[in-house]
Amino acid sequence: MEQSSEHIGLADLPNGTLARVISVRPPDAAAPPEIARRLAELGFLPGELVRIVGRGLLSREPIAVRVGTGTFALRLFEAACIRVRPETTRLP
Amino acid sequence: MDGTARALPGPLIALVGNPNCGKTALFNLLTGSRQKVANYAGVTVERKEGSLLTPSGHKVRILDLPGAYSLDPMTPDEQVTADVLLGRRAGETQPDFVVCVTDATNLRQNLRLVLSLKRLGLPMIVALNMSDIARRKGLVIDAERMATELGVPVVETVGIKSGGVGSLVRMLDRVAPAGRGPQRVWQSPTAADIEHDHDEVRRILGAIGGDRTEGTTRSDRIDAVVLHPVIGPLILAVVLFLVFQAVFAWAQGPMDAIKAGVDALGGWLGGFMPESLLRGLLIDGVLAGVGSVLVFLPQIVILFFFILVLEDSGYLPRAAFLLDRVMGSVGLSGRAFIPLLSSFACAIPGIMATRTIQDPKDRLATIMIAPLMTCSARLPVFALIISAFIPQRSLWGGVQLQGLVLFALYIIGVLSAMAVAFVLKRRGAGAGFQALMLELPTYHWPNLRGLAIGLWQRIEIFLTRVGTIILALMVILWALSSWPGPPPGATGPSIQYSIAGHLGAALAVLFAPIGFNWQISIALVPGLAAREVAVGALGTVYALSAAGEHVSDALTPLIAHSWSLPTALSLLAWYVFAPQCLSTLATVKRETNSWRYPLIMAAYMFALAYGASFITYRIALLF
Repeated sequence: MEQSSEHIGLADLPNGTLARVISVRPPDAAAPPEIARRLAELGFLPGELVRIVGRGLLSREPIAVRVGTGTFALRLFEAACIRVRPETTRLP
Repeated sequence: MDGTARALPGPLIALVGNPNCGKTALFNLLTGSRQKVANYAGVTVERKEGSLLTPSGHKVRILDLPGAYSLDPMTPDEQVTADVLLGRRAGETQPDFVVCVTDATNLRQNLRLVLSLKRLGLPMIVALNMSDIARRKGLVIDAERMATELGVPVVETVGIKSGGVGSLVRMLDRVAPAGRGPQRVWQSPTAADIEHDHDEVRRILGAIGGDRTEGTTRSDRIDAVVLHPVIGPLILAVVLFLVFQAVFAWAQGPMDAIKAGVDALGGWLGGFMPESLLRGLLIDGVLAGVGSVLVFLPQIVILFFFILVLEDSGYLPRAAFLLDRVMGSVGLSGRAFIPLLSSFACAIPGIMATRTIQDPKDRLATIMIAPLMTCSARLPVFALIISAFIPQRSLWGGVQLQGLVLFALYIIGVLSAMAVAFVLKRRGAGAGFQALMLELPTYHWPNLRGLAIGLWQRIEIFLTRVGTIILALMVILWALSSWPGPPPGATGPSIQYSIAGHLGAALAVLFAPIGFNWQISIALVPGLAAREVAVGALGTVYALSAAGEHVSDALTPLIAHSWSLPTALSLLAWYVFAPQCLSTLATVKRETNSWRYPLIMAAYMFALAYGASFITYRIALLF
């Protein structure tokens, strides 16, 4: 996938920054496809707003992600399916 | 057989919904205490069925299906839900009617399941649950419009308030006599279907006024603290300490009371019953057996009280989230922490608490290592041997040598548990891609009614299921230790002439390489009942006249005199690992629904114990 400079992986989003989901698909051919499907079923779909609200103890993983009206904990390989573009406007 | 639907009269209504939508609270409200809890055949997914008498006198059966995000299953829970709804689960009848429970504050996510269920073609009502919370948040949802848009009836419900299901019950009344509608062929949704559903959800939400992704909610503000990199772990430590403290210390009073009560009953019975086989069976077999089971009850009640409160409030998933990586380094789930922590008090409540771990492999791994946490029943044995063989000496900084040895025994237990978990994980599925995708639900105040029902169900499971197996084993063990009686003119203790005594004598051959004498070997047999029983049994074997509390005091100089240090150290090592507790194995059998895992557990722990004792004994002999 061509990487636009403004698209980043969900895991690289700084805590608390609002971003819009650009795409949800397996990052490479080796990744199990059902992960991306389930993420979509949970509401991680292009156009949705997401925000990282926390990370696990002593590591970058897992991340707690707010999407729509729900919050989900994801491992890095799960987050790798989701590419986002940070929003310039902050939450009120 | 567990989980097979009994052919009760009345239509079968299935409650379906996303996890955390308040479905179980609704189920509790609909069915009250008229619930049957079992497992689905062949899996450890909990099956809850209840019944409801509608106002016009129709009896309906209500099945509380496990929470699911989708009918395309990823977890065993979702597999059961999908199979039951599609009518392809053996032993289960396909429901006549579906009530899809939705969280009114989270429709954006919940409506997708409604759309999938619509495609399934079973008759359906949508329950707009938590409508009170939605209203309090200022979310005004037009239920009638929603019904029009969805094409199915919609009723508002409040699962945590009695009377909150009135409109749902009235509607069930109307559908109760109706039969099943036409069936459609089910096809798994494609990626296009998912996107289409999502557009549909957005359209419906726009129409009914429920589309509002709030800025900062109360849950967000709590999460800012609870998931904070510094404060979060501190809160977690306090919570875990409190749970540990409660299971260990608060349970002590009621446990002593139960023990005293059972002892008093035994004394009272013994007072007027003549010495006979029946008296022995009643007092030493049945009563002691029942007592040894009942004594765990306070720990189970306290532990499950905490677990239910933590789960219901929404904190438990957060704790699992924080600990996911730490526990994950040995291949366990973050949720394994509380079961393992409580196993320090007793493995039985710990193993029962693994129900909160959804992934079956993680759950099994946690069950398998739970008995390696040094439980409180090992303490009397450790205390006896340490006080007899480890000199009371202060090391640097005032640290007591005896205390240090005890601490080391605990640490060895924990380290070996980690090692076993690591090995189990290696043997398991291809490492790496294990899905987490854990929802961190909105915080709630725990619901008292749900708490009471949940606690009662745990107590019932424990007393009826585990109680029967353990009791039977205890009676068998009593029979082995007291029959046949000593021949006339016998000089040794009577246990020496019983089957257990002969068994012990045979075991002595097996245990000689690890330094156990025949007295220890015999004591290990009744010690199978519970580890601390071995202390009393040693007293019996050494024909002590002292009873109860004083056995240990009288034994200390005796064994200090008659055992060698290598033997004592070897026995300590044995008790770190030995599968000495039949109650634990019975619990594992009940929780895993098979004899396979308790047998594997007994085998691996026996091997570890024998190996550790052998090494300890041989090394100690060199000095």
